[in-house]
Amino acid sequence: MAKKTIALTGNQAVAYGMMQINPDVVAAYPITPQTALMQKFADFHADGEVDTELVLVESEHSAMSACVGSSAAGARTMTATSANGLALMFEIVYIAASTRLPIVMPVVNRALSAPINIQCDHSDSMACRDSGWIQLYSRNAQEAYENTIMAMRIAEHPDVLLPTMVCLDGFITSHGMENVTVYDKADVQAFIGTYEPTNHLLDPELPVTIGPLDFSDYYFEHKRGQIDAMNAARRVMLDVSKEFAAKFGTRDYGYFKPYHLDDAETAIIVLNSTGGTVEYVVDELRAKGEKVGALSLRCFRPFPGEELADALSHVKAVAVMDRLESFGALGGPVYNELRSVMFDMDARPKIISRTYGLGGKTVDNEHIHTLFAELKTLAGGGSADQHGYLNVREPAGSSA
Amino acid sequence: MASFKEIAATTRQRLTGGHRMCAGCGATIIMRQALHSLDPEDEVVVTAATGCMEVSTTIYPYSAWKCSYIHNAFENSAATCSGAETAYRALKDKGRVKANYKFLAFGGDGGTYDIGLQSLSGAMERGHDMVYLCYDNEAYMNTGYQRSGATPRGASTTTAPAGKKRLGKPQFNKDLTGILAAHRLPYLAQSVPSRPNDFMRKMRTAFYTEGPCFVNAISPCIPGWRIAPNQSFDMAELAVQTCFWPLYEVIDGEWKLNHKPKEKKPVVDWLMPQGRFRHLFKPDLRQDIIDEIQAEVDRRWHELLLKCGEGA
Repeated sequence: MAKKTIALTGNQAVAYGMMQINPDVVAAYPITPQTALMQKFADFHADGEVDTELVLVESEHSAMSACVGSSAAGARTMTATSANGLALMFEIVYIAASTRLPIVMPVVNRALSAPINIQCDHSDSMACRDSGWIQLYSRNAQEAYENTIMAMRIAEHPDVLLPTMVCLDGFITSHGMENVTVYDKADVQAFIGTYEPTNHLLDPELPVTIGPLDFSDYYFEHKRGQIDAMNAARRVMLDVSKEFAAKFGTRDYGYFKPYHLDDAETAIIVLNSTGGTVEYVVDELRAKGEKVGALSLRCFRPFPGEELADALSHVKAVAVMDRLESFGALGGPVYNELRSVMFDMDARPKIISRTYGLGGKTVDNEHIHTLFAELKTLAGGGSADQHGYLNVREPAGSSA
Repeated sequence: MASFKEIAATTRQRLTGGHRMCAGCGATIIMRQALHSLDPEDEVVVTAATGCMEVSTTIYPYSAWKCSYIHNAFENSAATCSGAETAYRALKDKGRVKANYKFLAFGGDGGTYDIGLQSLSGAMERGHDMVYLCYDNEAYMNTGYQRSGATPRGASTTTAPAGKKRLGKPQFNKDLTGILAAHRLPYLAQSVPSRPNDFMRKMRTAFYTEGPCFVNAISPCIPGWRIAPNQSFDMAELAVQTCFWPLYEVIDGEWKLNHKPKEKKPVVDWLMPQGRFRHLFKPDLRQDIIDEIQAEVDRRWHELLLKCGEGA
C-alpha cells in the first residue's frame, strides 16, 4: 500500500481522513477546538477534493438533526463537534443511535461549561456514554486519522448500523503537529467500500415511516434490538481492525493498546493523549527495572470488559485515570466499569481511581511517577486512597 | 378549478384514513390537501415535528403514511428536512436516486413559532428546496392546550387559564408569517383549510417554486378551541372574514392580498363561538379586552393592506 508521512495536526489528520472518505453529506457548526477540523474540510470542499454536500447549519442541534435526515435518506453522513456543541446535540445524539443511523462524528474533547473553558477533558463524550453510540478514543493524530476511517466501516456494517464517535483530545491532539502516515485515497475508498443503505427515505418502491410513536408494547423490544447491535459491534470492530492492519500495515488496534503489560505488576489505564505520557513514564521506570505497564483504552462503547479483565488479571495494582468527574459517584466511569468487571475475577488486582486534567489541567510525568509509586505501595501490601485527584489545589480545610 | 373531490380522484392519496386525529380536526384536512396538491408522478419526503399530527398518524406498528416519512424530534422538523433534501441532491447527482422527490416539513405552532423557530429560520436561510407547512392551531394542543407564541390574546389555555383574577393569555400572537417574509423567500403564503382552492394552489406554488417556501395555515382545534367537530371550517372562515387571519401571499418580495372581505366582520364574531374565549363574555362582558383585540386586528390588517398596495 502506498503511503506517505506528512506533518498534520490532529484536526487536520481527521479532516484528511474525512476527505478520503468523501462522505455524501457533512452538516456542521463551528466550535473550539473542532473549528480547525471543519475549516480544513471546508478547504477540501472549496478546492473540489470532495464532492460532499456541505450543510453549514445554525447550531449543533441542527447539525445532528440534519445528519439524521441525511443518513435516514441513505447518504453517508458525517459531522464533528466539541463540548457544549455536543451537549446542545444531546437529544438528537440519542435519536441518531436509536434510529440506527451510521453517522460518524469526530469529537474533539473539551470540558463542558461552567465555568466556560475551551481546553481538554472528557466530560463531553462521556456524557454521551449511554446514548447508544460506539465510542473510539485516539492517543494521537495518527490514531485519530485511522479511527476515523475504521469508524465508517464499523458504523455501516449491516449487523451494527450505529453511529460512532471518534474522540481526540482538544488542543493536545487537535492542535499539536505530528508526523502522520496517510494512505492513498483510492486505498481508503476501497477499504470503506460503498454504503448500501436499506429502508431509507428515497426508495419509491418501499416508502418507510421512520420515527413512529412507540409505546410500552414495543419500545423495550426495540431497545433490545439496539443492544444486540451494540454487542455485534464488538466482533465487527475486531474484524475491521484486523483487516485494516493487514491492508495498511498498522498495528491491530483491537479494543485497547497494552504497553509492557505482560509481566507488569502495576499498571495505569487511561484514554486518549495521556496514554502517550503514561507510556513515556513506563519507559523511564522500566529502565530502572520496575515492572510497570500501561493500557490505553481505544473502545469505551461497547465496553470490552472481559478482555480488559483478562489483560489485567496478573497485575497486582491498577490505577484508572478518568478525565472527568462524575459528581457524587465513587470515581469516574472507566474506573467504575472496570472495577465492576473485576469483581468476578478469582484473583483480582487492587484498583484505584484518579480524576485528572479537568479543563485542560496539565498532567506531567511527575504526576504519573507519583501514581506509579502509590501503586507500588498498594501492590506491596500498603494502602492508597481509593479515589483521588491528580494535580489539583485542594480547598482549605478540605477532607478530600 | 376542480373540486377537491375531483383532484383527490386524480392524485395520490399519501395520507390514508385510520389515523387517530379528532373528527373535524383542521390539521388532517390541511395535510391531505397539501399532499393532493402534488403531481402524482412526484415522490415526497415528509418530515414531522412532534405534535398531534405526528403521534396520531404513526402509532407503531401502524402508519397512515403511504409516502416516505420521518419524525425526528419536536424542534427540528426543518433541519431534519434540510438534511434529507441535501442527501437527495448528493445522491441524485451521483445517479444513485432516480425518482423526483419533493420535500415537505411540517409542524404545529409549538414546533414552528416557538421551539422550532431557529431550526426553521436556518433551513430557510440556507435555501434548501423544501416547503415548510405550519398548521397553526394556536396552542400546544397535543399535550393538552398549553399556551404558545401563536395563542391569541385572551384565549384560555391550560398554562394561561382564565381564572378569577387573570383572563387567559395577556399577549397577542406572534406574526410568524411576517418573520418568514423577512427571510426574503421566493414564495410564502397564509391560508385556511376551509378554502381548498386557495390552499392547494398555494401549496402547489410552494412545491413547484425552487428554493425554500413557507405556508402558514390556521388549523381549528376541536377540543382546544372548544368548538363542535362540524364548526372547524366556520371558524377558519370567520378568522378570514374578521381579518384575524388574512389570506395573502408574498411572491419574490411582492405582497399580494388574496381576499378582501366585502364587509369586515367584528372580531367578536370569531371569539364568541369558541369556548376558549367564553370568559370574555360570561359572567361579565369584558368589552375592554375585546376592544384591545379588535384594535390589534385592525392595526395588523391596515399594515397588510399597505404592504399589499391596497390602500387603507
